[in-house]
Amino acid sequence: MMSSFWFDTAYFAGVLLFIIGLQRLGHPATARRGNLLAAGGMGLAILAAIFSPLQTDYGNFLWIILGLAIGAAVGFMAAKRVQMTSMPQLVSLFNGLGGACAVVISMVQLIGVEQTSPMSQPELGTILLTLVVGSVAFTGSLVAWAKLDGRLKDNALVPPFPTIFNMGLLLVSLGMVIYLAIIGEGSSLWLISLLAISLVYGITFVSPIGGADMPVVISLLNSFTGLTAALAGLIYGNQVMLMGGILVGSSGTILTVLMCKAMNRSLWNVIIGGFGSSGGGSSSAAAGEQVAKELSRPDAAILLAYSQSVIIVPGYGLAVAQAQRACRALDNELTARGVDVSYAIHPVAGRMPGHMNVLLAEVDVPYEKLLDLEQANEALPNTDVVIVVGANDVVNPSARTDTGSPIYGMPILDVDKAGKVLIMKRSMRPGYAGVQNPLFFLENSFMLFGDAKDTLQALLQETKVGV
Amino acid sequence: MEAFIAFVQDNLLMIYSVTFAVFLGFELISKVPTVIHTPLMSGANAISGVVIIGAILLIRQTPSDDYLVLSFGLLGVILGMINVVGGFAVTDRMLEMFKKKK
Repeated sequence: MMSSFWFDTAYFAGVLLFIIGLQRLGHPATARRGNLLAAGGMGLAILAAIFSPLQTDYGNFLWIILGLAIGAAVGFMAAKRVQMTSMPQLVSLFNGLGGACAVVISMVQLIGVEQTSPMSQPELGTILLTLVVGSVAFTGSLVAWAKLDGRLKDNALVPPFPTIFNMGLLLVSLGMVIYLAIIGEGSSLWLISLLAISLVYGITFVSPIGGADMPVVISLLNSFTGLTAALAGLIYGNQVMLMGGILVGSSGTILTVLMCKAMNRSLWNVIIGGFGSSGGGSSSAAAGEQVAKELSRPDAAILLAYSQSVIIVPGYGLAVAQAQRACRALDNELTARGVDVSYAIHPVAGRMPGHMNVLLAEVDVPYEKLLDLEQANEALPNTDVVIVVGANDVVNPSARTDTGSPIYGMPILDVDKAGKVLIMKRSMRPGYAGVQNPLFFLENSFMLFGDAKDTLQALLQETKVGV
Repeated sequence: MEAFIAFVQDNLLMIYSVTFAVFLGFELISKVPTVIHTPLMSGANAISGVVIIGAILLIRQTPSDDYLVLSFGLLGVILGMINVVGGFAVTDRMLEMFKKKK
């Protein structure tokens, strides 16, 4: 049929736009266009899905339009209103909703829709798998969201013996999928148990993983949602869902692996590791004996104003305190005084890879001032003063030396090799990984306690008037 | 097992294209600078909202008086659309900042 040809073309163009969009998204200069291209592809695919000819078609266009309108309004408002600092949570939440969408449609396919002919084993297996993966992506993303948003403590909802517990749940749910697909049984009780087990698994899969690893988890859950979309595409025989889902699934997986590499750990280690749960009992006991030195704000301002080179190391504390603007202001003042100011960006600083880049871009910090891990570690030994703004684990020297530390082996910024280190922190509490940081007790380290934004502003004032 | 073999034989072309798409996804992402990781993840997340099409097709295939299934379909469309529109909008907001400073 002629009309069906044009809708197939629209689907094809949608997939093509996804591919080109993803490719453009990978380069800073073309990323914004790439995002719009992918959005255009999605618009095209949705239009084609609404109007393409179907064998059984009851229309129900009002229902569809209503859903699209509500979803678009809510999504748009959420995206426009969110603070830039809490974006990682929002992305995680969006991802969870995508998973929930897959759960809803697969559940309805299994229970609600009357089948004209019994489903084949692969078909049934596909739907059941969609249900399982979608559920894990849904509740897993919600837990990641709650952790990042500070609504859930790091050790909350952790089952006893998490690794064994989770392996058990995984095996049971996959076993149930295979069993149900083979016997072709779709009774509600079985399905609801499978749904419940998968939802619980999503929670207990993410809950033992420490906050420091959340970027990896979000990326992994994102590829799960992609996989779900692809599986749902198999159910409906829809190429856009299949290809779009596979693309997200595979690119999400490789992004996850890249992030793990940046931390010098394997994906497996992240998943079963549960950072911090094994956290150094011995090192924290030793730390009790040591005292960190505090430095007054006027003294810190003088130190900065008369140094030649300053490197700022931003971390999650910068995001929490919304201190990016204050940070930029201090940078301007110091630069005006002839100090060479740059920023050292650890690949996993913050709660998402590139999180710090986004925040600093928001306040117009030029690209040239941003040093990556290697560049920064080359520059640090020749740097007079380092300002650590709310970063902790990524500057912990025990990752280099202490084989007993849970973060041993993670590449870090060697700030301890710089002349002096100023550390802005709210308290002496260990960082997100729950590991004590020997950096604070070094000869050349000085603490500036308090909210990062207030401290930065105070330093700016002192530099302006007092020096 | 027979059903599985039959499934593979019926869908050979699809299996090829899926395999290629997997490698394409790997290739597209493997040389990406860290700066762009967050927007990229967010954009990819928006694309995964393509699952909404399943919810749309579900509503279209449901008899107009089956309000229970229609309501679930509606829920699916809403959830999917939040993922899609919110995802693309928040990605655009992030990238807007990158553009400003050039």
